Amino acid sequence: MKPMRALLPVFAMLLAACGGVQSSLAPAADQSKAIDHVWQVMVWACSTIYLFTLGALAWAIWRRRAIATREGVSRDPMLSRALFAWVVLVVGLLTWFVAISFLADRRLHGGTPDLEVRITAKQWWWQVEYLSPEPARQFITANELRLPRDRTARIELRSGDVIHSFWVPSLSGKEDLIPGYTNAVFITPRRDGSFRGQCAEFCGLQHAHMALDVQVTDEATFRSWVSQQLRPASSPVTASALRGAELFNTTACASCHTVRGTPAGGRVGPDLTHLASRRTLAAGALPMRRDDLSKWLDDPQHPKPGNLMPAVPLSPDDSNAIVDYLMGLK
Amino acid sequence: MKRQMQSVGDVAGLDDHAFGSGTISWWGVTGFMLIEGMAFVLAIGTYYYLLHNEVQWPPSSDPPPLFWGTVFTVALVATEVPNFWIARMAKAQRLQPVRWGLTLMTVLGVGVLVLRAVEMDAMNVRWDRTAYGSIVWTLIALHTFHAITDVFDSGVLTVLSWTKRMSGRKFSDVSDNAMYWHFIVWSWVGLYVVIYWTPRWL
Amino acid sequence: MSARVDLLERSWADRPGFIGWVTTVDHKRVARRYIATALVFFVLAGVLALVMRTQLGMSENRLIGPDQYNQMFSMHGSAMMFLFAVPIMEAVAVYVVPLMVGTRNISFPRLNAFSYWIYLFGGVMIFIAFVLDIGPEAGWTGYVPLSSSDFSPGKRTDFWAQMITFTEVAALCVAVEIVATVMTMRAPGMTLSRIPLFVWSMLVTSFMVIFAMPAVMLASSFLITDRLVGTQFYNAAEGGDPLLWQHLFWFFGHPEVYIIFMPALGMISSIVETFSRRPIFAYTPMVMALVATGFLAFGLWVHHMFATGLPPMGNSFYTAASMMIAVPSGLQIFCWIATIATGRPRFAVPMLFVMGFFALFVLGGLTGVMLASVPLDLQVHDTYFVVAHFHYVLIGGAVFPLMGALYFWFPKMTGRMLGETLGRWQFWLFFIGFNVTFFPMHLLGLMGMPRRVYTYQAGLGWDLPNLVATLGSYLMAISVLVLVFNLWRSVRRGEPAPDDPWGAPDLLWATTSPPPSYNFERMPVVTGRHPLWVNADGDPRIDLPVLDGVRDDRREVLLSTPVDAIPVCRWALPDPSIWPLWSALALTVLFVWSIFDQWGVVWGAIPAAITFTIWFWPKRSDVSLRSDE
Repeated sequence: MKPMRALLPVFAMLLAACGGVQSSLAPAADQSKAIDHVWQVMVWACSTIYLFTLGALAWAIWRRRAIATREGVSRDPMLSRALFAWVVLVVGLLTWFVAISFLADRRLHGGTPDLEVRITAKQWWWQVEYLSPEPARQFITANELRLPRDRTARIELRSGDVIHSFWVPSLSGKEDLIPGYTNAVFITPRRDGSFRGQCAEFCGLQHAHMALDVQVTDEATFRSWVSQQLRPASSPVTASALRGAELFNTTACASCHTVRGTPAGGRVGPDLTHLASRRTLAAGALPMRRDDLSKWLDDPQHPKPGNLMPAVPLSPDDSNAIVDYLMGLK
Repeated sequence: MKRQMQSVGDVAGLDDHAFGSGTISWWGVTGFMLIEGMAFVLAIGTYYYLLHNEVQWPPSSDPPPLFWGTVFTVALVATEVPNFWIARMAKAQRLQPVRWGLTLMTVLGVGVLVLRAVEMDAMNVRWDRTAYGSIVWTLIALHTFHAITDVFDSGVLTVLSWTKRMSGRKFSDVSDNAMYWHFIVWSWVGLYVVIYWTPRWL
Repeated sequence: MSARVDLLERSWADRPGFIGWVTTVDHKRVARRYIATALVFFVLAGVLALVMRTQLGMSENRLIGPDQYNQMFSMHGSAMMFLFAVPIMEAVAVYVVPLMVGTRNISFPRLNAFSYWIYLFGGVMIFIAFVLDIGPEAGWTGYVPLSSSDFSPGKRTDFWAQMITFTEVAALCVAVEIVATVMTMRAPGMTLSRIPLFVWSMLVTSFMVIFAMPAVMLASSFLITDRLVGTQFYNAAEGGDPLLWQHLFWFFGHPEVYIIFMPALGMISSIVETFSRRPIFAYTPMVMALVATGFLAFGLWVHHMFATGLPPMGNSFYTAASMMIAVPSGLQIFCWIATIATGRPRFAVPMLFVMGFFALFVLGGLTGVMLASVPLDLQVHDTYFVVAHFHYVLIGGAVFPLMGALYFWFPKMTGRMLGETLGRWQFWLFFIGFNVTFFPMHLLGLMGMPRRVYTYQAGLGWDLPNLVATLGSYLMAISVLVLVFNLWRSVRRGEPAPDDPWGAPDLLWATTSPPPSYNFERMPVVTGRHPLWVNADGDPRIDLPVLDGVRDDRREVLLSTPVDAIPVCRWALPDPSIWPLWSALALTVLFVWSIFDQWGVVWGAIPAAITFTIWFWPKRSDVSLRSDE
């Protein structure tokens, strides 16, 4: 039938989106799976109740009826018994929901963590610190989170300014980052892949552009990424990049950004030590490509109006040099 | 079908005023007491909520000085004596006692407000220093605001009682005003315990 | 007979023209302007939504920037919740309740007029602020620290917080009036168990307003003082707590949605009863359900805070409580369906809207049950799933019944029938448009789209559902235009309405359409729940028992005991007065001045005290308040 065929691509698109990188309907970790189980039970049970209620209404409207009188029907004992049965059914159903919710909730908390990460949310980016009992094995990055599959990570959550919310739907439920408080989520990923998180508590002008790039890999790949992150910044090689480094350290850049192993130690904005190894820029607002980085540097307010990075006036040559330098920070 | 009306009684013999929960004004005053009472309950809840976040309470000062707060509280409770009396006189619709009673309540009310000003002056925290200071001042300010409106109301009724004819309705108003003063007094007793004694009993 | 009517007309008349309009204390006239004003705010807030939907129809759209968008959704939510939903429900009650209980005016007529002016001035203030680009920008929920002076500089949030003060004063006044009216002014014989279900719903709603509004009053006052005089309520560094805001706001905010929803439950009962042509099944359990909902509504607020890191055990308690409130709602659904099933239903336009209510509110209620579950909420909280949920329960659960009630009570209020054919068109356009707009949002939330975003990236699968939602919103807009046109046309040229066009059972229909200024020529007495349907002998009533003795030569009503409605006394109600308007203006000056200067509170109090005192001061012209000679 024509209408059905027209709808097929729609369904296909929706199905694809359901399995998307930011979808809670394609769980990839223990925690999101526990939640998904509750969702499955509830959506089927509630849909049934809904159809049943509409059916009862339809029956009420269209049933054959004898002449009803104005009084007397109130005392119909069968209706009263049906009401009682209905209330009991509803209470029973809700009790079941409460029980499965309680059990799933318990699965979201606790577990001994194999990995500890501290995320501090700021307007409008994520500071991500990998913690370790050895201080020398700690490092800071921004707007990205890498996790080893089949290991439990405890993500500690703090805020540097207003309330934000950490949410990676494929992996777990959300948790707020509140100034003055320390919260935490546990994530035990079970599937390799790239996932997307996004701030889920309105936090001001660029709340819409505060995404988190999450990658789950096997343990070996994860460890090699950690080693690479622990190294200080790659030294610039080309002349342009060298000049870019010098500009970076002497103009406004270094007052906000840190590049480990160089004099740049600003802590206002994201750590840029391994910027070029990331997949996105500006908390997911732009892809990590030379052109986009260049555009960002020239006018950060255009893709992300209101964000806290000012447009530093630079000549095209200077701007190019800095971009060369930054593209080398792998 | 035009409805016919059939008379089943005559209420002309009823008074045009009453006292207590049969009347509109009683419910009005009660409604406002419920609103303001709820605000006090929530503000007290806020006080204890902020407390549970702190290790030391008050966080960076001594407990509020006891003297003037207690003087004020005692004086306020003492005003209940004439207040109960005037409520009875109003219900009995006795003009002279009500006139003098209202005058007395207004004067005492002003006196009590003066004591409140002294108490505020003696307070040992500022509202902008800590959240503790903010909530203590809120509790006191809320109560003071209600007290001022009631003393003002008493003043207006006093002038009315001396200058206008006091109908049954106006005696009813005096009785409602007395009821509200009960609220002013006893809500403060609760607040006094919270503000002055919580830090001392912890 | 007509001598009595003449006296009544003279006692209860308003002065003519503009003076009469600003001095009236007639609950019907005040209610009608309240309803009209609320509908204006509804349309304005709806236009904001249309603009937002247009922006979101495409990914990475640049129609509106973030600052404007943030102000728009903040205004949309604030206007819908504070300037439309609560006021219109209260306004309908102000009109209907005195008539349903058989009295001549509302309990505090001048306070009623005052509450309208305060509401109007607050609404006008915030829209002026918005137009001047100093509108609220932190959502209708104003979370700190975002709404604190550090992150929301300037006067924007101050205007917002003060608008709350305006609207909450108005709402509280009306709530007290309704409680007093229902408790003391009922027709003799109307015991508690004979009160119409709509009146019960408004009584419970009014108590909810009384106990919930102080929480938002405190929260917004703390926010203003933090911003303007340096208090530290929400500042973690000095012992304050950002979560204090959330607790106080949601302690109000959750009952708030039931404050909006419960009058609708009463409207549904009125309509279902009338159009099923039989009394509502299980009256007493229905009343208990309303009361239970009213109580339970205060025990749920933490379900808005499941993601804030509170102890899991506490969260689970709120899951249980939040789910359990579905029980009284479920009971009511059963009773309405049972009434329809055992009655003789007919489907005039009001009943169509009731059917819409069933289809939409039950769905919204079920997604509410889902949201009550902590783990599930941790996924869909703050996403478009929640946006879908609350629009289903607010539009399905409150606006649909409201529209049905408008068609139902319009004949009484205006003396004309609201166009039936246009009504059917309007219903279907609204029903279809609504579902096309909001159903896809469930999917969007599950697919990861957060709330309050001015744009979104392409390639996440959100483009198509957003486009569909946008198209649906245009359909809804057309339906609202149809409604407005229908209202306008029917007021002028609608079919004249008889006293009782629907064959309804309650006292509202025992007088003319529209009622005279004094409502009832003689004070009615009731002997059952359905005074206009059946008397003790089982015959349809052709006469109405009434009492004589209430004076016609001044504004007088009859008071009766709160439970058994035994006559207590006659009671004079005030004549028209300009002082409620002056007092509202003085208070407005105080409120607005204090946004800019804290001493405004002190200096502004002087004119306010003067106007309020003159309001209450007995005047020679106050015929009614002079007592018996």
